[in-house]
Amino acid sequence: MLRAILRAGLAAGAIVAASAAFADDDVVNIGLILPMTGQAASTGKQEQAGAQLYLQQHGASVAGKKIALIIKDDGGAADVTKRLAQELIGNDKAKALMGFGLTPLALAVAPVATEAKVPEIVTAAATAMITEKSPYIVRTSFTLPQAAAPMAEWSLKNGIHKVVTFVTDYGPGNDAEKWFSDTFTKGGGTVVEQIRAPLKNPDFAPFLQRVKDDAPDAVFVFVPSGQGSAFMKQFAERGLDKSGIKLIGTGDVTDDDLLADIGDPALGAVTTHHYSVAHPSPENKAFVEAFKKANGGLRPNFMAVAAYDGMALVYGALEKTKGATDGDALIEAMKGASWISPRGPVSIDPQTRDIIQNIYVRKVEKVDGELYNVEFSTIEAVKDPFKAAKN
Amino acid sequence: MLTILFDGIAYGMLLFVLACGLSVTLGLMNFVNLAHGAFAMLGGYATALLMNRCGVPFLATLPIAFAAPAILGVALERTLYRRLYGASPLDQVLFTIGLVFMAMPIANYFLGDQPQQVHLPLFLQGRVEWGGVGIGIYRLFIILVCGAIAAALQMFLIGTRFGAQLRAAVDDARVASGLGIDVDRLFTITFAIGCGLAGLGGALAADVVGGIDPTFPVKFMVSFLIVVTVGGSNGVLGALLGALLLGVLDVAGKYYVPSIGAFIIYAVMVAALLIRPQGLFARSGGR
Repeated sequence: MLRAILRAGLAAGAIVAASAAFADDDVVNIGLILPMTGQAASTGKQEQAGAQLYLQQHGASVAGKKIALIIKDDGGAADVTKRLAQELIGNDKAKALMGFGLTPLALAVAPVATEAKVPEIVTAAATAMITEKSPYIVRTSFTLPQAAAPMAEWSLKNGIHKVVTFVTDYGPGNDAEKWFSDTFTKGGGTVVEQIRAPLKNPDFAPFLQRVKDDAPDAVFVFVPSGQGSAFMKQFAERGLDKSGIKLIGTGDVTDDDLLADIGDPALGAVTTHHYSVAHPSPENKAFVEAFKKANGGLRPNFMAVAAYDGMALVYGALEKTKGATDGDALIEAMKGASWISPRGPVSIDPQTRDIIQNIYVRKVEKVDGELYNVEFSTIEAVKDPFKAAKN
Repeated sequence: MLTILFDGIAYGMLLFVLACGLSVTLGLMNFVNLAHGAFAMLGGYATALLMNRCGVPFLATLPIAFAAPAILGVALERTLYRRLYGASPLDQVLFTIGLVFMAMPIANYFLGDQPQQVHLPLFLQGRVEWGGVGIGIYRLFIILVCGAIAAALQMFLIGTRFGAQLRAAVDDARVASGLGIDVDRLFTITFAIGCGLAGLGGALAADVVGGIDPTFPVKFMVSFLIVVTVGGSNGVLGALLGALLLGVLDVAGKYYVPSIGAFIIYAVMVAALLIRPQGLFARSGGR
């Protein structure tokens, strides 16, 4: 009898303690809004795994606070993203929002972040102007101009004078085309032709034939990640690789997540990007190993790293504010933050709140029977050229 | 120039196999089946998964890419489609587009949104030059296979008893059944063949379009419908000519004027509808 009463008392006590912990100010909720279903689901999957890995490796407590990740699926629809952001801030008292798989999704949350004074950490969407839409937006992924402009610089220095650009006709494609072409022409190169293919384009054959007949030194490519494999296969099938036309582009085309599926036609493609799973640093080796172990052998790609770094940014900021979670203080602490990411040294530009990072020139090669983007040249500390051009 | 023509014909042939099933159900059975692309997706997935997960050679997967959607087609025809044969076109459209919207997330749930690649065997890869004309071997393969299918279908419809029964049933189902033709069975088989052809088309298209993904049914939906609209919806020949015309014009347009190339097929469709609303290659007075 006595024992039963004791047990009931203990249980009641435990419940009180648990609810106390729940309402505790010491828990910092971070909302992670990702497209876990729909077209961009692979982005969501990589991002979630990246953020969770950071939490798992670094423990949930920082500066006396306990970090809790709340993951929400927006299915890639901007109105849902916005609603989820409002719910996370209103109901869950989230102190920071992270994720945003596509540009419209990040933009939809910008007014919410401004009004609630909550940091919006963009870990995926790559259109340059996003960070200008709210003083509370910080980015840990990359911008397209940041990846495309160095490709032009590298080409000029490496005997490529005549280029045809081939992009898919949508926001990021046009961004990539503009930044590559402008930089390339300014440096004395010639863009023979700018081809834009429609977004829903089942067959690349006519465009590739046109590239072949233009006979440039290289073709600069930007297509949405799913279409990269079709492009490369037909590039090889049409014999463009053998006629001496180089394939260059931003790293989106040779995404680590898709490279194995594209197979050998990707060999020899030269791209510029901020992350390769083959980046030779001890930080990256440890990251890749832990990531694969936690996710059944899945290769991390640049999305996973960006989410991992988004968490690093939050942890760093909380340490700097000594646990204060006020939005303005967090943003101040994030400006100028710098750390060693698996991709190399990165920092947040205090003026633009965009990421400053190394851009690597890589070539697709076969290492131990698997395809990798092997880095062979580094352009250090690249700022987003879109915003740099304005100042 | 000839290379462009060749590529256009190959693309047109692909469109033909993808669309001829639709042309059959629409033209012969007067049924608007927008879910046609979903059957094509099933065929594509059958080939991709059998190759990647079970190591079945490419050519051996093609009969399965035909059979799997055909069997599913029979099941759906028996349980769902037949209820809508007499319904208004709007009901048919709403019902079948609903099927598409169900098929896409189902594929996404089980197989993910990333494209499943079909890796062609070595003998179908590469390219040969004949008299200065670059010919992709796989494209040549597509032309041959699809050409053979078109010929077989035409012979089947014109030359066999089944074909004659089918045409009779389409022209007047009541009289045909009065004459002892089993119209139900006829339509089921026809529908199955249409679905099977879609699946085969999906399997053949997979490599050209960069793998099969859950958006495949809508990727080609517009092209299917244009082919049927332009070619006329009563028979194999119309669909074949329509598909070839569109394939060649699409490829040539994108090659010669890339900036507006993507719109050429729509312009052709508008022109075709203005001149011959029943379809460029339809018999006049056909339904």
